[in-house]
Amino acid sequence: MTTPSAEDTTADDLERRVHRLLEEHPPSTTDRLAFLRARFDAGLAWVHFPEGLGGLGLARHHQARVDALLRQAGAPDNDPRRNGIGLGMAAPTILAFGTDEQEERFLRPLWTGEEVWCQLFSEPGAGSDLAALATRAVPDGDEWVVNGQKVWTSAAHEARFAILVARTDPSVPKHAGLTYFICDMTDPGVEVRPLRQITGEAEFNEVFLTDVRIPDAYRLGAVGEGWRVATATLNNERVAIGGGADRESGMVGVVARTWRECPDRRTPALHARLLRLWVEAEVARIAGERLRQKLAVGAPGPEGAAMKVTFARLAQELSGLEVELLGDDGLRYQDWTMRRPDRVDFTGRDAGYRYLRAKGNSIEGGTSEVLLNIVAERVLGLPPEPRADKDVPWKELPR
Amino acid sequence: MTRLDLLSTDVEDSLRDTVRSLLTARCTPDRVTAVYDGDDSVAAPLWQALVGELGLGGLLVPEEYGGAGASAREAAVVLSELGRAAAPVPFLTSAVVATLAVLPSGDSDLLGGLASGSVTAALVVPLTAGPSFSPVARASAGRVTGAVPVVAGALEADVLLVPASDGLVAVDPASSGVVVSPVVSLDMTRQLADVAFEGASGRLLPVGPDAVGAALQVGAALLASEQVGIASHCLEETVAYLKERRQFGRVLASYQALKHRLADLFIQVSSAEAAASYAAAVAAAADPDLPVATAVAQAYCSSVAVRAAEEAVQLHGGIGMTWEHPTHLYLKRAKADQLAFGSPDQHLSALAELVDLPA
Repeated sequence: MTTPSAEDTTADDLERRVHRLLEEHPPSTTDRLAFLRARFDAGLAWVHFPEGLGGLGLARHHQARVDALLRQAGAPDNDPRRNGIGLGMAAPTILAFGTDEQEERFLRPLWTGEEVWCQLFSEPGAGSDLAALATRAVPDGDEWVVNGQKVWTSAAHEARFAILVARTDPSVPKHAGLTYFICDMTDPGVEVRPLRQITGEAEFNEVFLTDVRIPDAYRLGAVGEGWRVATATLNNERVAIGGGADRESGMVGVVARTWRECPDRRTPALHARLLRLWVEAEVARIAGERLRQKLAVGAPGPEGAAMKVTFARLAQELSGLEVELLGDDGLRYQDWTMRRPDRVDFTGRDAGYRYLRAKGNSIEGGTSEVLLNIVAERVLGLPPEPRADKDVPWKELPR
Repeated sequence: MTRLDLLSTDVEDSLRDTVRSLLTARCTPDRVTAVYDGDDSVAAPLWQALVGELGLGGLLVPEEYGGAGASAREAAVVLSELGRAAAPVPFLTSAVVATLAVLPSGDSDLLGGLASGSVTAALVVPLTAGPSFSPVARASAGRVTGAVPVVAGALEADVLLVPASDGLVAVDPASSGVVVSPVVSLDMTRQLADVAFEGASGRLLPVGPDAVGAALQVGAALLASEQVGIASHCLEETVAYLKERRQFGRVLASYQALKHRLADLFIQVSSAEAAASYAAAVAAAADPDLPVATAVAQAYCSSVAVRAAEEAVQLHGGIGMTWEHPTHLYLKRAKADQLAFGSPDQHLSALAELVDLPA
């Protein structure tokens, strides 16, 4: 091929932009935050975002090359795992539904990590049935007054902003009466309490909202359109979940290492289980890779739900196997001290921690039971579960 | 481990459509069931159509010998369709395994015959022989002696290929000293034969010591696609049946216990599909990951095919237990396939060594 394809031209252009950024802001002599801001302004933060908002309007897959070049040059990154909700959920939602002013105000500090985001969706009475949520938002002039309680909020104690879904009209059926907001977590009506989990630490929080005032300018999408906006957010969440692309990445790699390091603990029965799970993890990896190839040619579907069910089951079985494999040492637990980690870590700490933490994998981001319903209904076309509450005004539902 | 394309190409999709429509017309479930009652009139014309009209006998034969010069990916597409139809044809044994075993010999007569469809061949090894198989029959001075049980494709073969220490011996099954005894097989859609040689004479084909193992390796890798065909067919039929069948005033597909069972099965079948397409892509690219990909695909897909067929029987209820309903064709094929080209246990043991997870 003698004429360069459009793809090659784009790749060359991207490389030039990366080199220019590195020349103008040498990582070794530039302050971390200053570099990140410059990277955002150069359109190299997330190339699939529009120009002026950290991107260049390119296809998403170009980002990997940019990240690799910057990594090689020793440039700092934005520590994406510290702001997973912001980057994976809030940002695409703001881009899809936000006003120009909202995009201008929020996206840059979100990407650089100056402002961490959290998600105020689930409630004690609204888990799988998120649309039944009861947190109320009542208009007052050009503001909304919000009261209610949210739960399972990771990073709430670090967050500057939250994406929030609240009920603005209780007199219509549950899906129709919701509105989506951006909530300032420094508002005096916001109280964050750590929610200690079975690992001993508190990755999540309960968030109590008492007369929190949100300007109408912080509303995302129209009044009553909250469910549609929230659905877009949650679809992005499922895209973000899924194992790495390399063989033996994730939990299976951890357990395989333990196996290699503990020859004296091996038994035929454990060996048979390990091999079976290794095969399943490898097949899940290949299936994930195939799904990514499918998504890249633009055929997104509910298959992500199937991947997440598999991922959760494997993480649980593998981490359980590892505790057994370790024998006496499997009975030691590193530390029950209450702490508030600043990031989610599925494979870190010790085997006991991994075993306990993995229990959440089939609950967070859609329970495996709900996801199996999604697969059954949207992939296989089986009849939906009966929904007695679908057409009833929310305020008349039994609670 | 390079990144391989795991989605099917337009050419592969079109091949799939062609094979499927031929099988839909000429390989109906009632005629396949009849094979179990001794009426195998469906088999020979079907195989003739596949090799004569579609040229599938020479799919893997290079163009210089008159074949299609296609890759393992196309063979996988054909196998997946044959699995969906439980088709009683020797494609896997002749056009894949025997062909790949002969290929290094460069024997243009035999390869030309395979390509044109005038010759059907079978590698004389037990169906259970995996990639690490060692020969049972002995050959010296062109004379073959020994008994090989449960050989697939031998009944249809014009040429028997016997693995020997210095190559492959091509034996005419009609020659003296050869006894091919049909076996009443668990899976009559791939009927087996016990083959005995008593000083039978044959022609030595010069192939290296690894040729048979390599052919069985690719055979095992591609069997996974046949298993995926079986599994997808069973899932689709079961889903369709449960959407129609009513009990207690509701279609069965509306019960959550059954929905979740089908969703679980879907997850396994689509995972098996990914594993099989990876194995085929790796085989096509002659990627060094083939032994691992094969072991993974076989360990996984063979069990999923059995599971899907077993679920099909159970979820069809009483009708699934009848001779009349075709589900049993798939159960028998899936269970026999599970043992073919190495059992899941053997593949797991091989894997343990390949990926450094020792017992």
